[in-house]
Amino acid sequence: MSIRLENVTYTYMQGTPYERVALQGINLEIKPGEFVGIIGHTGSGKSTLVQHFNGLLKPSSGNVRIDDIDLHQNKNEAKQAKKKVGMVFQYPEHQLFEETVFADIAFGPRNIGLSEEEIEIRVRKAMQFVGLEYDAVANRSPFQLSGGQMRRIAIAGVIATEPEYLILDEPSAGLDPQGRREIFSQIKELHIATGNSVILVTHNMEDILQLATRLIVMDNGQVVLDNSPENLFWNHQNQLQAAGVDVPHIISLLQKLRSAGLKIGECQLNAESVAEAVCEALGREKNDQ
Amino acid sequence: MINNITFGQYFPGNSVLHRLDPRTKIVGTLLFISSIFLAEKTTAYTVILAFIIFAVIVSGISLRTILRSFRPLWIILVFTLGIHMFSTPGLVLYAWGPLTLTQEGLRQGIFMSSRLLFLIVISSLLTFTTSPIVLTDGIERLLSPFRKIGFPAHELAMMMTIALRFIPTLLEETDRIMKAQMARGADFSSGSIIRRAQNMIPLLIPLFISAFRRADELATAMEARCYRGGENRTRMKELMITWLDGVAVMILLLMLGVLGYLRWWQ
Repeated sequence: MSIRLENVTYTYMQGTPYERVALQGINLEIKPGEFVGIIGHTGSGKSTLVQHFNGLLKPSSGNVRIDDIDLHQNKNEAKQAKKKVGMVFQYPEHQLFEETVFADIAFGPRNIGLSEEEIEIRVRKAMQFVGLEYDAVANRSPFQLSGGQMRRIAIAGVIATEPEYLILDEPSAGLDPQGRREIFSQIKELHIATGNSVILVTHNMEDILQLATRLIVMDNGQVVLDNSPENLFWNHQNQLQAAGVDVPHIISLLQKLRSAGLKIGECQLNAESVAEAVCEALGREKNDQ
Repeated sequence: MINNITFGQYFPGNSVLHRLDPRTKIVGTLLFISSIFLAEKTTAYTVILAFIIFAVIVSGISLRTILRSFRPLWIILVFTLGIHMFSTPGLVLYAWGPLTLTQEGLRQGIFMSSRLLFLIVISSLLTFTTSPIVLTDGIERLLSPFRKIGFPAHELAMMMTIALRFIPTLLEETDRIMKAQMARGADFSSGSIIRRAQNMIPLLIPLFISAFRRADELATAMEARCYRGGENRTRMKELMITWLDGVAVMILLLMLGVLGYLRWWQ
């Protein structure tokens, strides 16, 4: 049970002067229940990579398997396997098309072939997850709502298909800080509530730090690092910087304090743990004096 | 998914064809296209074929790219060939029931479909070697004499530039929306024609919305930069006729002369 990529290479516009290698020899496995962050600077191949996870792009060489089913060999089985993977693209609000919010979110469940009652249950659930009030918006046109709400509707449309692996490509792009926080806490809640895998693509380290249990760092079409966030930030800072990934504020604070001579031990990378670790180090310093 | 459309695409380069003035290329292409219809004999077709091969070599465009540009049109080619092969009266070569393949039909079919082929290759060459901006610049200059009778040459060229500029953008957009809807279980490639047309709705509506949004944003951006019409506008790149254009015109006229000779005096 996993999404597995073996030796995947992808070349855009092969055989033309515009030819460009976007992925080179990618090997990785995503297990159920993981919260994976994929980071890298613009053009590092993140979006191309995740489009292989549900067969939207066919690798130029190598293969992609979902639960041991090759996505590009057995058509019928592959079709079933692809349904396990939900994908929220960048600016997903551009895919809205239905007359009402309800109908748009119901599009995915309806394509799976669920009954009307089941569809309504799913739509209600999905709207609840993204923080939209069913009675207030379900019968309105999605195009009358604000950008942030349209984004939520689009995300709900994918959540409603209840994918075992949910991929989100820059879900917070273009949202204000509050909107970002809300979206991320909703994604986290969803992850906890369903126990399904979430794969979050972003170039913003701040977003991913509190969420992911595993980080995959992309650079130049290759996976350069694949580890837990703590491990990466404590032990691989140079490689992170080489890959063009910004170090989060919390880390740069820790770095500054350490280089100023404060001996801070390893700790979890959230505000409370870091504050505790800093207090502890300061306390120790006092005792030493 | 849709990035294998080559027909009408520009390939940057620095070949002789790339460096020709767009006006020469446009007028040359039109002349060439009309000259194709002068050809009746095998020798005339050979002359045209030789010219095309020469043009392709000079353009530096790979043969594979040229062949790929036929792909959207091969049905028309085969159809033309078939219709002529089986519907022209003459010496019967083979007969399958009501279908009779005649010698004249075969000849006519091959000639007709090669005319089409020539048309595709030469017009593809024009767009392969001329960037859309330069192309519309050329069209604007060619049409500018008609401004005197109130013809909006600049506005037309601007509209064409914008339209051409947004083809790749909209293709990309289509690709993205298509993938997004496919990820939600939409199916664009199976079912009856009516079913398929219905399945296009989730693609077409977002596409129209985004096209209108882009148009609106572009109009605002142009107004914010005080854009207005063609009067008194200067250009960053002036079009220049060089000796290369002279040589190109000479070669073209030579070929036209040969074709005319083959048609009327032989």
